[in-house]
Amino acid sequence: MSVKAVVISQIQQIRENTKRDFPPLTDDLVLLNSGLDSLAIAILVTRLEDALGLDPFTEFDEASPPVTLGEFIRFYENAAKSSTVDSQPAV
Amino acid sequence: MRMLPNRLPSIRNRLCNASGSRNRFLRNAAATVSMGDLVRGTSLGGRLPELSGRSVLLTTRDQLAAALALIELDGVASRLIICPPDLPLEHLPSLMARGAVDAIVSDQGPGGPLQVICNLDILPAREEPAEFHLTEWVLLTSGTTGAPKMLIHDVRTLTAAIDSSQNQETDVVWGTFYDIRRFGGLQILLRAALGRGSLVLSSPGESVGDYLLRLGALGVTHISGTPSHWRRALMSPQAHAIAPRCIRLSGEIADQAILNSLRSFYPQAAIAHAFASTEAGVAFEVNDGLEGFPASVVGTPGEVAIKIKDDSLRIRSARTALRYVDGGDEALADKEGFIDTGDIVELRGDRYYFLGRRNGVINVGGLKVYPEEVEAVINRHPAVQIAVVRSRRNSITGSLVSADVVLKGGSDTSSANTQIADFKREILQICQASLAAHKVPATIRCVPMLELAAAGKLARHRA
Repeated sequence: MSVKAVVISQIQQIRENTKRDFPPLTDDLVLLNSGLDSLAIAILVTRLEDALGLDPFTEFDEASPPVTLGEFIRFYENAAKSSTVDSQPAV
Repeated sequence: MRMLPNRLPSIRNRLCNASGSRNRFLRNAAATVSMGDLVRGTSLGGRLPELSGRSVLLTTRDQLAAALALIELDGVASRLIICPPDLPLEHLPSLMARGAVDAIVSDQGPGGPLQVICNLDILPAREEPAEFHLTEWVLLTSGTTGAPKMLIHDVRTLTAAIDSSQNQETDVVWGTFYDIRRFGGLQILLRAALGRGSLVLSSPGESVGDYLLRLGALGVTHISGTPSHWRRALMSPQAHAIAPRCIRLSGEIADQAILNSLRSFYPQAAIAHAFASTEAGVAFEVNDGLEGFPASVVGTPGEVAIKIKDDSLRIRSARTALRYVDGGDEALADKEGFIDTGDIVELRGDRYYFLGRRNGVINVGGLKVYPEEVEAVINRHPAVQIAVVRSRRNSITGSLVSADVVLKGGSDTSSANTQIADFKREILQICQASLAAHKVPATIRCVPMLELAAAGKLARHRA
């Protein structure tokens, strides 16, 4: 499964537990308006750590944090790429 | 000026004597109240004298209504029990009995013994109470059993840290992501009222983004919150709406990542993280932009005495809570007057760093969770043999609740995966039905057995 598919599926699982209407998951959707409050985003980050083996927020330091869903997915995709690069043997 | 019996002025007296109160305000999304009106007026419909000497339960939907009532009632009520916004209703009867409540102040409908409505309309006060009391301010925090602990402060313990740090800035506008009915937010209300500032509060149901926009429009200069509040604010597109001069973090471990993020996001702001808790009061503030605190803080004589014993941070000062309302089965302080914060620290070089909590208490975004309370709820599921609840590190809220569960009959491997998934879902449903959202486990694992520590207790710390 792609990083994007894992992120979308985890968000859907968390949203299933709350009985409310949610906006569709588009790239420009602001994460805090996606029906996930900060606790739900924290849970999402933990479940993604279990599913993908990475938590880019622990590395996160200087730059602006992701605000939209598209930025959030790219944040994870970039972290996944750099962790693959890191684990490759030096040539 | 009328004085309290020990010759301390009440919060309202001090507001009365401060200059420029006409231009200072408290406001939420819907209303603005001038502090000048507040010192001459009443938010209680003129019924303040009826509340003289009473033990008052303050329960409001709107935190601004609570703020106005608190300022009016200090020095008048004998005791003020401040209900936080998410207090489960089932706790009210026992809180009223434990606190010997004989009056309720609320912004909602009638009920209870003597009910006084507080609201945002300030009427001229015709009659002032004749007697003055050193009001007990009762703040609620989580307890192991789920029943809130009731901690007593008074105007001296609550304002000691403010009095000694008071500066003369006159154009301060405070904002806080805390609710003023919790210790962290109450400190900001008192700083605004007793300093020379104003305060902008969030309204019930207002989103972080909308609150940030209002803070920006009103030119907020000082903002406080937990590291989790700040991580959430930085994820909001409206984070750019504010340009504070001072940023304050407390209530949780402030790690280097959030301190660095704030510094790069708000380069103009002075950033301080403070150690404070409902029990220990405001202890100290760190201003060098680094996580942890300098070792020189420990053992230095001053208003706040700090020592490390058995790896945990202990604090003695005139700012700590005085006692529990009902004594409780635990003493608040040791024989020398030190309060054990339960926060484990480690000395590396010339700095102490926070490692976590001693008794397994989990700090989810500044809110305490006792593992025992969650374990008791999980154990209600008939298939559960035993459960252990631990803290799991989280880069958004600092920590989250995680549960390891042993199913009856050692059925973890023999049970079908679908059945385990069903059990997990049912356990989650039980937790969601009886626990506040931050106490519900974020992850549940079914494991064959649990590790026991040497004394035969469940091992809560994961290596």
